[in-house]
Amino acid sequence: MNWVNAIVQGILLGGLYALFACGLSLLFGVVRVVNLAHGDFAVLAAYLALVVITTTHVPALLTFVIVAPLFALFGYGVQRLIIQKSLEVSPLTTLLVTFGLSVVIQNLLLVAASADSHSFDLGSLISASLRVSPELSIGYVPLMIFVTAVVVLVSLQLFLSRTSIGRAIRASADDQEASSIAGVNTRHVFGIAAAIAFATVALAGLALGSSSSFDPSAGPSRLIFAFEAVIIGGVGSLWGTLVGGIILGVAQAVGAQIDPSGGVLAGHLVFLAVLALRPQGLIRARLAI
Amino acid sequence: MLEVRNLTVRHGYLQALTEVSLKVAPGETLAIIGANGAGKSTLLRSIIGLHQPTAGAIVLDGRDITPLPPHARVREGIALVPEGRRLFPSLSVEENLLVGQTSRRSGPWSVRAIYELFSWMGDRRHERTVHLSGGEQQAVAIGRALMANPTVLLLDELSLGLAPTMVRRIYGVFPELVKKGMAILLVEQDVAQALRIADRFQCLLEGRTTLEGKPADTTTAKIEAAYFGLAGRAGPGSAA
Repeated sequence: MNWVNAIVQGILLGGLYALFACGLSLLFGVVRVVNLAHGDFAVLAAYLALVVITTTHVPALLTFVIVAPLFALFGYGVQRLIIQKSLEVSPLTTLLVTFGLSVVIQNLLLVAASADSHSFDLGSLISASLRVSPELSIGYVPLMIFVTAVVVLVSLQLFLSRTSIGRAIRASADDQEASSIAGVNTRHVFGIAAAIAFATVALAGLALGSSSSFDPSAGPSRLIFAFEAVIIGGVGSLWGTLVGGIILGVAQAVGAQIDPSGGVLAGHLVFLAVLALRPQGLIRARLAI
Repeated sequence: MLEVRNLTVRHGYLQALTEVSLKVAPGETLAIIGANGAGKSTLLRSIIGLHQPTAGAIVLDGRDITPLPPHARVREGIALVPEGRRLFPSLSVEENLLVGQTSRRSGPWSVRAIYELFSWMGDRRHERTVHLSGGEQQAVAIGRALMANPTVLLLDELSLGLAPTMVRRIYGVFPELVKKGMAILLVEQDVAQALRIADRFQCLLEGRTTLEGKPADTTTAKIEAAYFGLAGRAGPGSAA
């Protein structure tokens, strides 16, 4: 029964990874930018939520109403003012620029908020759980995060396949030049893709702050898990991102069950195995249908 | 009326176009002919805004559109059917057409009007474009450009990779559009096809205009001389 428990907890953990990874996948799939500051933006969102909680006394779980739209605007600005400029210089420049952003964010947070770690005060919810059987109980917080991830991925999929902006995003991901001569303002479309990616990264940051503690340097390790989820699932496939997140989460949970310190290692090994045996990822697809 | 005034375009060290000028009036078809590397595609790409010229201007109905990005030029009334068709592979036929209406002007074209123009297309609107033949893909690319309701349509090498009967069928679409007042500027390696449809033509050689005129007033020998540069560096209209 311990194994069943490990797998269930791994699946739920996979939801958190998928939430982290979908913004990374979207930005890479559409704008062709590998955002090395992705994890740091999530941590920044968690700190922003802390500020919102202390100043407005909004319950921690509702901060997304404020933080996600703010981050969407922020993402549009970062894309138009920083990433787009570097993209027009060369693709490699974007790597350097996002790496620079990562360093800047970590150090600004260190100066502004010290190196102390924080987490959201969720009251009794943090330990509340759904008791499925005597050996298996599912925590409300991980379950909420998992459900959020699925809802985000389904909405994103519907948005991309059903709306005209989603269609313009897919067209620009296919062929930026062709989409510009068809009348699409590709810079604006990239800005919108970044806004969506940043809104999801804000949710990921809130999920991080709800499920564990965070400090200014917590971003890069999150980035690695997000990368692994994207690559295991298949680059550019939103469902692949969920599958990749779940496989990574289960690998870590089962690994930790075998050896308490082996969880992260097991995740890395599964990632390496996928990279060696099926480098295109488990699910091969373009953005949406 | 589309006017290109003394356009000079560079790709790095290469000067692709040198002081090229042209005019296309509503209801007129102008063909740009010339060998590989003469600068034909560069000319069309500069008109839609994919290359910025180092000198010269592109003027549409008296308005200088040279500083505008491509999507804004589409809104002004220019549309390009690009070389190689450049359809969106992950989108369906209908979605490809719908992307073309992003910066549309008011006008007669709609998805339904395109399906009337190309009768086979409606039945296959949910298919991916990779499943279509070359000629069918070309039709979708033309449809996508028409969806913007352009006043000036730029056509880049429509005949490339298509069977001759298909080429004739594709080109058969345009006389009707021209009659309704659309201006067409086309680039074509198939000179015979280009001269068959064009009111006027302009021959480019190494980025300069070497001959211009009406197909009926010109001899094959004159065109050959301008096309291959046999008469040396002759001025416009005087190569022979």
